[in-house]
Amino acid sequence: MFPLTEENKHVARLLLNTGTCPRCIFRFCGVDFHAPYKLPYEELLNELWKFLETEKDELILEVTNPPPKKIRLQELEDRIDNLNQNGEGRLSVIEDGSIASKNSNLYVCNVCLGILQEFCEKDFIKKVCQKVEASGFEFTNLVFSVSFPPQLLVREHAAWLLVKQEMGKQSLSLGRNDIVQLKEAYKWITHPLFSEELGVPIDGKSLFEVSVVFAHPETVEDCHFLGAICPDCFKPAKNKQSVFTRMAVMKALNKIKEEDFHKQFPCPPNSPKAVCTVLEIECAHGAVFVAGRYNKYSRSLPQTPWIIDGERKLESSVEELISDHLLTVFKAESFNFSSSGREDVDVRTLGNGRPFAIELVNPHRVHFTSQEIKELQQKINKSSNKIQVRDLQLVTREAIGHMKEGEEEKTKTYSALIWTNKAIQKKDIEFLNDIKDLKIDQKTPLRVLHRRPLAVRTRVIHFMETHYVDAHHFRLYLKTQAGTYIKEFVHGDFGRTKPNIGSLMNMTADILELDVESVDVDWPPALDD
Amino acid sequence: WIPSPKPLSRGVPSLVDRYFTRWYKADVKGKPCEDHCILQHSNRICVITLAGSHPVLQSGKTIKSISYQISTNCSRLQNKVSGKFKRGAQFLTELAPLCKIYCSDGEEYTISSCVRGRLMEVNENILHKPSILQEKPSTEGYIAVVLPKFEESKSITEGLLTQKQYEEIVVKRINATTATS
Repeated sequence: MFPLTEENKHVARLLLNTGTCPRCIFRFCGVDFHAPYKLPYEELLNELWKFLETEKDELILEVTNPPPKKIRLQELEDRIDNLNQNGEGRLSVIEDGSIASKNSNLYVCNVCLGILQEFCEKDFIKKVCQKVEASGFEFTNLVFSVSFPPQLLVREHAAWLLVKQEMGKQSLSLGRNDIVQLKEAYKWITHPLFSEELGVPIDGKSLFEVSVVFAHPETVEDCHFLGAICPDCFKPAKNKQSVFTRMAVMKALNKIKEEDFHKQFPCPPNSPKAVCTVLEIECAHGAVFVAGRYNKYSRSLPQTPWIIDGERKLESSVEELISDHLLTVFKAESFNFSSSGREDVDVRTLGNGRPFAIELVNPHRVHFTSQEIKELQQKINKSSNKIQVRDLQLVTREAIGHMKEGEEEKTKTYSALIWTNKAIQKKDIEFLNDIKDLKIDQKTPLRVLHRRPLAVRTRVIHFMETHYVDAHHFRLYLKTQAGTYIKEFVHGDFGRTKPNIGSLMNMTADILELDVESVDVDWPPALDD
Repeated sequence: WIPSPKPLSRGVPSLVDRYFTRWYKADVKGKPCEDHCILQHSNRICVITLAGSHPVLQSGKTIKSISYQISTNCSRLQNKVSGKFKRGAQFLTELAPLCKIYCSDGEEYTISSCVRGRLMEVNENILHKPSILQEKPSTEGYIAVVLPKFEESKSITEGLLTQKQYEEIVVKRINATTATS
């Protein structure tokens, strides 16, 4: 069913004569259901010509052509030859009188620059889908994002002014909002084609994004007059190459007066020589998150790679030992490792381990069964005795919040091997067992002062338990508030942590070994292994 | 004061020896034996302390009081730093005074920064209990903490003496005194 009615004829004829494609004509006539747009281009063009012919009105293809006559096949051919000679298009007539094109290249629409001509049809979509399939991503749905050159907004505006004027003559009441947006129509047509070709639904919430960017170098300067008239809309932004962004152009078009616009830009827009070019077809998958808990058994392993002046100071790191395997299996581009606090190079993490989460950026593979994750965990654990992981699982981005909450709010327990300068006996350390919820003030330790603000932090040592070793050594178990610097609590950090073990015992104390015994965060959920 | 090897009774080096390198400046501002020891952390932070040979640390000296008011308009106690980049800190040159130490025998000693950089903090513990300065000059009795500019972190030690060079100077002094006595 052809979607245009009698009252659309004047506008449709005007637009077709000035070089606008059928689908754009539908848009400016307010055709807001999908079906008409999905018909093949040639069919639409034929139907449109038939529709416009029924009143036996003249059909003018090209304004500069000889006076209008009733179109018959031969005349049509002459007209088309004329157009071809002017380089206006690559039209040709086939036997049944319908217009066909070489390589589907008819005249280039002066409004959409080919977007709603060849770029929404099956052949192009197939080309995009081939690229998507070649990219090696695993996906069960996709979101399609498309970017058009900003000068389309200017042409759309010009076409609107033209249509508005024409409708004014007929007192038609189509408002700006009744005009169907270019991108909307484009998606109506292309989404089903994508779904069919790739076999998956389009879902706006999908993590897998296929993005196509169009450009039209020939008309790049179409926007520039706006820069002169509304200079305050166009501020040079740091990351953008051109100051004529879609947003800025929109803003300027909303501001500019009709008369000023008409002075600067042809209404109707002129016909371009070529269609848009495809600047890029890219695929990307949103990040996925893997969480777990890690134990650290080495006293010479940093959390993150330790590199100074391009030279690696210590081999490997906690994050690499865990993430490298994940990077491979998920076929991701890169990772971001974060954990609920961290320990020094020379500190072990025992007990249930420390919660961590890894963001895998642009993963090509995302679907794993829990069995596969278990095997991945075993693989990591077999590959190193410096670290071990448990409770490895896929989590959502929101879940990461639980872990960071743990860093600031949850308690930790430690065990430390302490040296004293004076000789001690069992009874000399017993008093420490009785101290509960000891408040200490810690100035930012000197060893981190170069990268942290200078401040005093009050922290609580909830309880302590001592185990005598010999005249100069004892083990201290302690449970503390999150964010407590344990080493500084033992040796006092030049007296900048008060009180400290040394001051409590009235002697000089130092810490020889430190282990994290537990990180009291109940996330991620424990899995039965 | 005669330099002696550091005790390793614990089998591991001390806190200072683990994290810091000791640098020295002798006869600061031309005053004989007023030696300073700068503890430079591996992260480039410097702790200004008195060297063992400084008169204040010799037996028999009693400290009456310590003051951080180094001029009418400047008190090191008013130093305030904020943020990761330590804005607002008083900037120190090598000869900038940090504090004045008044002894019961009437002697007055000025302690200088010896390194260029931002003043992080001065030690308020020695204000309340000056004896800490003499009991633990290398740790609890420190004078001040200074953060040199990142670009200057290596060059600040160019004008300073290594532990070895300092010990040689001290030995020379002792020999000179014994020779003349």
